[in-house]
Amino acid sequence: MVVNCEHVWSEISNYLEGDIEPGLRAAMEEHFRGCKHCSAVLDGTRNVVQLYGDERMFEVPLGFSQRLQRRLDENMHRDRRGFLGWMVAAAATVLVAGSFEVARSSVSSHPELRSEHAQPGAGVPPDMLVLVSTDGKTFHVPGCPFIHDKAHIQTIAAREALRAGYAPCVRCMKQYLNAG
Amino acid sequence: MPEEVMSLGNPAGQFNEEMLIRRIREGEHDLFYELIRPYERRVYSAALAILRNEADAEDAAQEAVLKAFKHIRQFRAEARFSTWLIQITVNEARMRKRKEHAHMIEPIVDHQDEEGNYTPRDFADWREIPSETLERKEVRQKLVEALATLGEKYQEVFVLRDMQHLSIEETAKALRISTASVKTRLLRARLMLRDLLAPGLGGSWSSKLSFAKGTKPW
Repeated sequence: MVVNCEHVWSEISNYLEGDIEPGLRAAMEEHFRGCKHCSAVLDGTRNVVQLYGDERMFEVPLGFSQRLQRRLDENMHRDRRGFLGWMVAAAATVLVAGSFEVARSSVSSHPELRSEHAQPGAGVPPDMLVLVSTDGKTFHVPGCPFIHDKAHIQTIAAREALRAGYAPCVRCMKQYLNAG
Repeated sequence: MPEEVMSLGNPAGQFNEEMLIRRIREGEHDLFYELIRPYERRVYSAALAILRNEADAEDAAQEAVLKAFKHIRQFRAEARFSTWLIQITVNEARMRKRKEHAHMIEPIVDHQDEEGNYTPRDFADWREIPSETLERKEVRQKLVEALATLGEKYQEVFVLRDMQHLSIEETAKALRISTASVKTRLLRARLMLRDLLAPGLGGSWSSKLSFAKGTKPW
């Protein structure tokens, strides 16, 4: 199968999602090797998805949690005990978020598999964009109900996920695991 | 506990969420904080992506959370709570945007035929993302501005799918459109954003981008 540039552009999103037939994927990969323009479009499109999918894209303003709590509090007519509970929870969230940052910084220096229960990810298309959570062990497709930490997920290419030691989710990545 | 072992019988906290929702419905309103806390950032970012203004986004996010609390009995267990909450947030932000005419920059593609092919306009090379890119506030601001130039229907699909990480099906359901439309709009949104950002983030970015002032880079 041979594909032209227009065909590649129309399928580039599905290509990144891993949502195309193996024959078309192989033809597109061949095309990317010989077409500088389409290769640039692929790299840029992948970068767009990764950048916007990163949790750091939007910083929650300082005091956001407290103001949200206060507004809810006004609506619920909560007592002070509940308020303190929320403050403790908010502080815990900050601490946990801080630990995620520490964990993030150590990802690249510990490429070993994060899970003893992992299956080899050789069948996963390396260009496919997947989701990881910074303290998790597995990578997933968007919408997978088995993502462990939904508040700290990040979009990266499958090859980067594998390189960082993440293993494919045994549920949402099942088709690739069976393919091997 | 290893994630895989836990996830085989318990999709990542889903049971806990179901339990929380049940108890909130039964009157333990204080637990609502615990329920929405993991999604605070996502609610805020969804609102900001649409409204662009931090103060408006925070207000919309608060309002969305309040609405979720007030209507928690209407939540149906077949959907994910996060999807439902984000859908409320997107609706709230859309409503405010329309009411206040907050988008001063003309959408760049609303006049185009959704079914037609989109041709990339710029082939600037943009291979690597410097790891520190997102640490720069000006870069994040440019990304927000680029997103705001998209037509609403493209923006919404992109926000739900690529920023909120909903599945194609969940995105379709949230916006009440077909999965085919989601895929078409998503493709366009991604390519348009690449066209907008590649020339700058590919290496030649100056501190000011032309589209940030309301004109297009082509």
